[in-house]
Amino acid sequence: MTRGDRPGAVGGKERSPRRLPVANPRNPARRVTTVGVPRLLWIPAAAALALVALPVVGLVLRADWPRMPELLTSDSALDALRLSLVTAAISTLLCVVLGGPLAVVLARGRVPGLRVLRSLVLLPLVLPPVVGGLALLYLLGRTGLVGSELNAWFGVTIPFTTTAVVLAQTFVAMPFLVVSLEGALRTGRGRYEAIAATLGAAPGYALRRVTVPLVLPGLASGSVLAFARCLGEFGATTAFAGSLQGTTRTLPLLVYLERESDVDGAIALSLLLVVVAVLVIAVARPRTAEGLS
Amino acid sequence: MKTRRALAVAGLTLLLAGCGGGSGGSSAPPAPSSAPEARRLTVLAAASLTEAFTGLAQRFEGDHPGVDIRLNFAGSSDLAQQIVNGAPADVFAAASDATMKTVTDAGLTAEAPQIFAKNVLQIATVPGNPKGIATFADLAKPDLNIVVCAPQVPCGAAAEKIEKATGVTLTPVSEEADVKSTLGKVISGDADAGLVYVTDVSSAKGDVQGVSFPEADQAATNYPIAVLKDAPQAELAQQFVDLVTGEAGQNELQAAGFGPGT
Repeated sequence: MTRGDRPGAVGGKERSPRRLPVANPRNPARRVTTVGVPRLLWIPAAAALALVALPVVGLVLRADWPRMPELLTSDSALDALRLSLVTAAISTLLCVVLGGPLAVVLARGRVPGLRVLRSLVLLPLVLPPVVGGLALLYLLGRTGLVGSELNAWFGVTIPFTTTAVVLAQTFVAMPFLVVSLEGALRTGRGRYEAIAATLGAAPGYALRRVTVPLVLPGLASGSVLAFARCLGEFGATTAFAGSLQGTTRTLPLLVYLERESDVDGAIALSLLLVVVAVLVIAVARPRTAEGLS
Repeated sequence: MKTRRALAVAGLTLLLAGCGGGSGGSSAPPAPSSAPEARRLTVLAAASLTEAFTGLAQRFEGDHPGVDIRLNFAGSSDLAQQIVNGAPADVFAAASDATMKTVTDAGLTAEAPQIFAKNVLQIATVPGNPKGIATFADLAKPDLNIVVCAPQVPCGAAAEKIEKATGVTLTPVSEEADVKSTLGKVISGDADAGLVYVTDVSSAKGDVQGVSFPEADQAATNYPIAVLKDAPQAELAQQFVDLVTGEAGQNELQAAGFGPGT
């Protein structure tokens, strides 16, 4: 690693305020020279914002507000909300526990074929979730590659259980955590760990005391994204886990089902999901913004 | 370092390509439709009609040169919502009276709907029926993984009706949002049996085994069809409805497992 690698290192005066852009990623005083936004960009930017925001406005306007409390406190809605929050929390934890180390390996490992691994991790982002669900089913289903062995040896079947919901969510959310965290790890480029090593820190100690504190914002933003993705997960869950109140029917599955018979109920539940999502983003926003920068 | 950035760009491009592929694919077809005097008839039909209506559409196109039938199969309540929300179409064939009612209540049919077919539930088991399921009551055995449709959708409502009529209470491992998902769980072998329509068993062509039960008749589902009020091709639409309700249509439907309409 030479200084010449860094695009900023050869910069002139305008780079000087952030000579060490990664030295303290949590430093709020970090300043970047601002350049005006070309006027032309405002039009597509407004269109993009409208496309994202207006459908939610549509939901709000279409909602049957007087019936809202009744629609949201039904047994099925409360069960679905509870199940969604619990499974999304467990899945996010799994993403951190398993995806965190994977991000470290991808960012710092020196193994041939890392690029292939990285593309593999991105797979759930590119695949339609329902395809992921089918893939999980043919791996872990009762007649699947691993599932049939689990069934024969331990009498365990995974589909139709809450475990299946968690697996489906972890599958689709994993790339969000790994990509965010890997990005955060990369910006550090291991310099601080290298210094720690010269001071006698073992790799594990350096990871714990130097790397982890540095990438906490990235980890937080990745976790928030993963949690949000878990909450919204539908396709993989419906294909792999089925749909039963209290066991596998999360909020998105209930929305999809209610839409068949009670459109008002579906809209009320959709708004509930919107509120939960907004809360998640609001709680984590400052960290998220930093982690993604 | 450059290669990493290139990789990130490549990944992003892949993502965008993935998004673009879908919309590009669906927006492409309208272009060649500018062929002279091609009349297009749009038929929205319940997913369970896929096989029968595909055959009938081919026959209709053969009998009416220059007519291009566009078939759109989906869950009938989805289709009903699309019609209510202004989707342009000529004919609607639903899988239940209730979904057709959504459209008639909105005043969007040109005439009173006609019942052109009936469907009944059947037990679908994995091939060979290893659990020896022979009656509806067998489904309540505790060691079985049973899948049904949720009561919110027509196949689930029918299953619930039979449960009430027979006093047999099922404890399914999953209540699916549509009948094809229910069937899929049996085909994949994750469920021992599922309650689906007799036509689904016949369209699965040996991937599942059907077990009929007499109580199914108590919850027969009607299939209504109607020309829509704003049909761009009202005359052709009526001819298509006549084909479906006529002898040729009825033969095709019965070959797919449907019972005759009234």
